[in-house]
Amino acid sequence: MTAPKITPQTLPDKTTEKTPQGSHLDRILGEMSVPIFFALLCFIGIIAADLSPRFLVNEIITRLARNSFLVLSLIIPVIAGLGLNFGIVIGAMSGQAALIIITHLGIGGLPGFLLAALISVPFSVTLGWLTGQVLNRAKGREMVTGYILGFFANGLYQLVFLVLVGTLIPMNNPKLMLSSGIGLRNTIDLIAVNRALDNALFNSVKLGAFKVPWATFLVIGLLCLFTSYFTKTKLGQQMRAVGQDMHIAEVSGINVNRTRLIAIIISTVLGAWGQLIYLQNIGTFNTYNSHEQVGMFSIAALLIGGASISKATIWNALLGVLLFHTLFVVSPLAGQRILGIPQVGEYFRSFLAYGIIAVSLALHAWQSRKKVESKDKG
Amino acid sequence: MSSPVFPSLWRPLWRHNYLPRGVLQLPESTVLELKNITKSYFGVTVLKGINLSVKPGEIHAIVGENGAGKSTLMNLIFGMPVIHETGGFEGDILMDGQPVKISSPRQAMELGIGMVHQEFMLIPGFTITENIKLNREITKPNLASKVLGSGLETLDFPAMRKDSRQALEKLGLAIDESTFVSRLPVGYMQFVEIAREIDKKNARLIVFDEPTAVLAESEADQLIAAMKRLAEQGIAILFITHRLDEVMACSDTISILRDGELVKTLTRNETSVGEIAELMVGRKLERSPLPGRATEPSDEDLILELKDFRVEMPGERVRGLNLKVRRGEILGIGGLAGQGKVGIANGVMGLYPASGHVIKDGVELRLNDPKAALEAKMAFVSEDRRGVGLLLDESIAVNIVLTSIETQNKFLRWTILPGVRLLDQKAVHDYTLKIIKDLDIRCTGPNQPVRRLSGGNQQKVCLARAFSLHPEILWVSEPTRGIDIGAKQLVLDLLVQFNRKYGMTIIMTSSELNELRRICDRIALVYKGKVAGILKPDASDRDFGLMIAGKQLAKEVG
Amino acid sequence: MELKGRKIKSLFNFDHLKTFYEKFGLPRLIISCFLLGLFLLAFIMKMDLAILISNSLERIGMNGLLVLAMLPTLVTGVGLNFGLPLGFICGLVGGVISMEFNLTGFTGFFTAILCSLPLAALTGYLYAALLERVRGQEMMVGTYVGFAVVAGMCIFWLMAPFKNPAMIFAIGGKGLRTTLTLNEHYAKILNNFLAFKLFGVTIPTGLLLFFALFCWLAYLFLRTRTGMAMLATGANPMYATSSGINIRKMRYTSVILSNILAAIGALVYEQSYGFIQLYTAPLYMAFPAVAAALIGGATLKRATVGHIIIGTILFQTLLTIALPVTQTVLQGTDISEIARMIISNGMILYALTRNERG
Repeated sequence: MTAPKITPQTLPDKTTEKTPQGSHLDRILGEMSVPIFFALLCFIGIIAADLSPRFLVNEIITRLARNSFLVLSLIIPVIAGLGLNFGIVIGAMSGQAALIIITHLGIGGLPGFLLAALISVPFSVTLGWLTGQVLNRAKGREMVTGYILGFFANGLYQLVFLVLVGTLIPMNNPKLMLSSGIGLRNTIDLIAVNRALDNALFNSVKLGAFKVPWATFLVIGLLCLFTSYFTKTKLGQQMRAVGQDMHIAEVSGINVNRTRLIAIIISTVLGAWGQLIYLQNIGTFNTYNSHEQVGMFSIAALLIGGASISKATIWNALLGVLLFHTLFVVSPLAGQRILGIPQVGEYFRSFLAYGIIAVSLALHAWQSRKKVESKDKG
Repeated sequence: MSSPVFPSLWRPLWRHNYLPRGVLQLPESTVLELKNITKSYFGVTVLKGINLSVKPGEIHAIVGENGAGKSTLMNLIFGMPVIHETGGFEGDILMDGQPVKISSPRQAMELGIGMVHQEFMLIPGFTITENIKLNREITKPNLASKVLGSGLETLDFPAMRKDSRQALEKLGLAIDESTFVSRLPVGYMQFVEIAREIDKKNARLIVFDEPTAVLAESEADQLIAAMKRLAEQGIAILFITHRLDEVMACSDTISILRDGELVKTLTRNETSVGEIAELMVGRKLERSPLPGRATEPSDEDLILELKDFRVEMPGERVRGLNLKVRRGEILGIGGLAGQGKVGIANGVMGLYPASGHVIKDGVELRLNDPKAALEAKMAFVSEDRRGVGLLLDESIAVNIVLTSIETQNKFLRWTILPGVRLLDQKAVHDYTLKIIKDLDIRCTGPNQPVRRLSGGNQQKVCLARAFSLHPEILWVSEPTRGIDIGAKQLVLDLLVQFNRKYGMTIIMTSSELNELRRICDRIALVYKGKVAGILKPDASDRDFGLMIAGKQLAKEVG
Repeated sequence: MELKGRKIKSLFNFDHLKTFYEKFGLPRLIISCFLLGLFLLAFIMKMDLAILISNSLERIGMNGLLVLAMLPTLVTGVGLNFGLPLGFICGLVGGVISMEFNLTGFTGFFTAILCSLPLAALTGYLYAALLERVRGQEMMVGTYVGFAVVAGMCIFWLMAPFKNPAMIFAIGGKGLRTTLTLNEHYAKILNNFLAFKLFGVTIPTGLLLFFALFCWLAYLFLRTRTGMAMLATGANPMYATSSGINIRKMRYTSVILSNILAAIGALVYEQSYGFIQLYTAPLYMAFPAVAAALIGGATLKRATVGHIIIGTILFQTLLTIALPVTQTVLQGTDISEIARMIISNGMILYALTRNERG
């Protein structure tokens, strides 16, 4: 008395039609076309620049350690459907505020660095929460809003550290402050925490001829682990659902706004820590400019690694940092060698960074529009 | 009971899927009982004293025309916010004989009510398992979750897969539960939705909201079979549909809604498609005689002919329709939602991709080009008044004249600059004043933004816009939707006036058969994207009902 | 501003106050008050108001066309044209070509415009084609296309075969200089045209007239058949389509017009500034223009010439007088840059996060 059992044979079998054999390789090639293109560019650049391999490898190790954390901090918002978090700049500012505080207090070394990481948390959580609130009001245009929010926050940041410090915020530290007693100096020396993390572990262990910041890589590794663990948790699953379709997530009882808020807060906190790692490596920072390019360079690196606005993995981030910074190192010299003008290489570099973001954004918008159109027709 | 009442109407496919379920042996207890439910939106009563009960394992079909109150009833059962935001309802909902309060979809789910939506609520980039378990994931605690909260518990994929497997098997669906939904054919997606509902451990009642609307016929058959399997396992099913043959194929009980009232509840073996159709449509018709014409329209003098006409309008596809329109008539186009009646005007006017032939006065019209349609002296008043018909933040004047400016270069004056013409504001003002008076548009003046007007007056602005083009054919879609009763009559009168006084041929699409029967000369009924037949307005309710449900009749007109 | 023709029935009629507030909008109110406060401060500090006003007038004329470039795209619903640097660079190319031929005076200025027009039209068309494909993300794509073009053009400026020794780097003999002085060509040619002094205020007549001329043309254009079609496209694309308007063509036209206005605006800007700034100078050109349009009351879907004029006046005056006034008050700390950042970006954020009806 039961109704017939439904098997794939009783329905027109469209499943196989949609994934014809052999498309797997095509898909991988399609997804990897951007990294492959940039790998070729790097290759050409390396040959043209004719740098000593030793210098190049050393430089790349340093830059991987310096930038990977920042780029990895972009992944979670992509999963939650917020696109590329241009608001990462705000995280960077929180990190810098923490650095200014520990420098003022005169605490250095690894304890100083860890204290800065701790101090940056309340700042970045608060600012991340505010960012999330703003982005939740601008659904569908999160990226441009986050981008402008970065500029806006920069204005407030400058207001605080250039005008309010020494006037409304009592502070007296001739080393850090301008001679007028109002506002901070343009550059702040970070001797106290210089390479505090880089040199924290196995300082004497070298990899062949190269000095490796083991502790920094350990931290980056931990972040990778955390990210991949996070995507397998309930919260991570909710973020993926929200990222794919806010409406369906909402109907399934997921609190969409709250989920997006958490994604942005996590990203902002990680961004703050990423900036700390970045600056302890450089050893000095430009009070009013260091954070400005952070968003753009990190995003360009992530995209060069093969990520898109709706999909990003740890491997995209790491590969992207590798390729982008190789290009960064070699392009001025390559420009010099090929065209005789060193600036060409530098401009070419920023052209690539801007261009890759423009192309990714355009491709993504184009594809999602096509998808919407075919959905309407289908 | 195993012998169907209308054997000839059954599609062959039903035969081997339809298995008689024996003599009804439904238990006496009820899962859900509605008592005297009344609901009104802003003073308009949409549900009046509904009484309904569903027993475990019963398939209970709810049929009715558009606007009969089906979706309101479902929203009410599922606790949708829209009900409570508009002041709640009167009457009682009982589950297992106990009164319950359902104030959110979440509560409904907790009570064991599931809903299979008309549009798929599935995430394409997730696997079947992930979709079935969406926001009900099975998790395992870990170190981080103990410190930071349950949100960080890890997902237990093997357990989730096992559950999904079980749910799919209950439906008799042999498909790998880790397949991505994006790779599934449309027919499968509905099953995943159902699997999600039955995976909810306490599922007792599942509401199917027009589940077959997007399915192909064979897929619909599979769905019906699955519904029966569920019913056999004791789950009660509320089945909302337009398709009467599906109702006859699977339901135990049939309730007919009409104008917010439950007209009748029948058992399947006591009734017929014809009776249901009659009950769906039937209502008193007030048809006052219309003014006559010098020469009545006839097939001798056609103004427009559609041949093998197809329109790709989502949800309202037209699939190879043929239609002849007589010069000077008011032709009605009726039919249920989703059958394609709305697509016809939109396709002819170039707003949705169309193919086939449209011949006006012997000349073939260029399709997919709104300008060509306008230049062929046709005008269109869209069913989507606010979306297509109006510039809400612009003035009445701009709304009325803009199309005339763009297509006919009216209301422009030459300037001293050679070749440059500017808006003639005085002419616009004078003209708008006149038409406001003629059509009796209630407003503060030509410069009032149309957003501030009432629905009826907005509709008059739309009519004025179309009228200003002096069309030979006026297409009007759902002219009375969303406007109050007094204004409805005015709009209909206006259409008759356009037709009789200016000789405009009017093609009016409407979901309300009554208003079509009030002013039309002939009414074409559309079913599955084609004309099922053409009836005189004074044909019987039963004929209208059957034809709406796609049954061919012997005695048609023209 | 739109209240001019209305009679205020009663002083205590709060309805009118409310409509006034609604029409004027909170941001404009705040900025107007802020501006008024600055003027008061300047007056109290006994600063030279005449100079402040002169500078403001110059800045208004200088930036006006760039703000006006926002109008076409806003009207057709393409949104804020963050790709303004693209048009700006077309203007720069025209300027550089005119300089290469050593043209001076009005000949030089108008040759520059003429040279930039075909380029602006062509790049505008390509840019429009791109924006059409990325509908919904126009702003972000526009921003980065603008950036990429600026960076790409840096290479062009370095490599371009210009020969005029006044323009190329003194050392190396290759590549254009970062700033080219226009003193011997057409610096301030519009500013000085029919300029006169009134109570110590210098009125840059030519400059303001030029801006006014374009505003008037824009006003007339919006009353032609094409202009009305654009308006309908922006207000409701479906209405426009059903009125036989080719909305895609309207969007293209608006982007091209915007690009052309940006090119001319760039030349007006540079002649008033006295220098042509190359390389990364045009990078952030879009932001002040975008902010001005929004301050004027334009939204992402609706804009009028009036919004553009009011916005330019409010925003540029504010920027011009904020610098000297705050410097005087805060003894040396320059907050004008900070104020610019906060106000302009705050304004853009306001527009982006605001729920528009319809």
